[in-house]
Amino acid sequence: MSEFKGKTLSWQIVNGAVEVALHRDPCNEIGSATLEELEKLAAALPELSKDAHAVILYSTLKAGFSAGADLRELYQRMQGMEKGAAVRGVREFLERIHRVMNTLDAAPLTTIAAVHGVTFGGGFELALVSDIIVADRMARFCFPELRLGLIPGFGGIPRLKRDLGNAVVRDLLLTGRSFNVMKAQQIGLVSQIAAEGEALRVARATASQVGKFDRRTATAAKEFMKPIPYDELKREIEIFCDLYSRPAVEEGLRRFVENEGPQPYLP
Amino acid sequence: MSMPTTDHTLDEILNLAASHFKVPREKLTPDDDFFKTLGIDSLQALDLLTRLEHHFRIELPDYELQGVSDFRTLASRIQARL
Repeated sequence: MSEFKGKTLSWQIVNGAVEVALHRDPCNEIGSATLEELEKLAAALPELSKDAHAVILYSTLKAGFSAGADLRELYQRMQGMEKGAAVRGVREFLERIHRVMNTLDAAPLTTIAAVHGVTFGGGFELALVSDIIVADRMARFCFPELRLGLIPGFGGIPRLKRDLGNAVVRDLLLTGRSFNVMKAQQIGLVSQIAAEGEALRVARATASQVGKFDRRTATAAKEFMKPIPYDELKREIEIFCDLYSRPAVEEGLRRFVENEGPQPYLP
Repeated sequence: MSMPTTDHTLDEILNLAASHFKVPREKLTPDDDFFKTLGIDSLQALDLLTRLEHHFRIELPDYELQGVSDFRTLASRIQARL
């Protein structure tokens, strides 16, 4: 499937790069519909890798790359459901999205996230599976999950630990603060900064460059430099599910979902 | 280089907000609720925060803006990071 047009994302091969456009309003919240289409992308990767050397993930939406998990769907999933069933449901969702993230992480292509604006929670975690993050000057990153009584659930902490010093990870996680692209580059998360509105162009130039090299060598280098922390990823699902069953989480989600004020994305 | 005064910082914030959100500068006053005056939501407020961080070359954690909605208090938070 060299081309796909879905409700939440689409892809096509352009100059040897699979360009994956995220386009679910309002800001690419990741729920069941996005998961299903990400699964299609993961399943298509072996075939796509015959005609492409890179994957570029980007958003067509002005607000940003992705605001993260679909909290409204997560909250609704809890309603009218016995607690054990709700936890089983969220565990199944997490295991599915971890399979997708792990597949993208290990893809035999060079993966580039071209991010702008809000890159929060699950959206940040999606960017973290990429080999290279190119960020627009106005990009902003955050793991806000602790505000809801949760930890990141799509593989965020193990992958952030893989790339950054643990002390920085603790600050970002325990304060739940957002940070800008200069900080992201300073701590080693973002390798290239693009001018406002230019991240996709910079990502395309990067994809073109990586396409000059032998794929077998590039894949070997990637496997050597970017091990997937499977044990920690499994542990993350266990901690998330343990926390998810508490009333404080439902209350945190309810506050977010019912917040009609101007500040739901501020701490 | 001498440290800018809070008034100077406030003036720069008002100029930047007026310019980016296309609001006449004379309509903005220090004690305005910037959510209402600029007509912005929390995502746009984060955009404003990012622009201010770049402009002043500072890092201002968003938790320091908890409950802050007027330009004057915003200026004092920024001033504390200069």
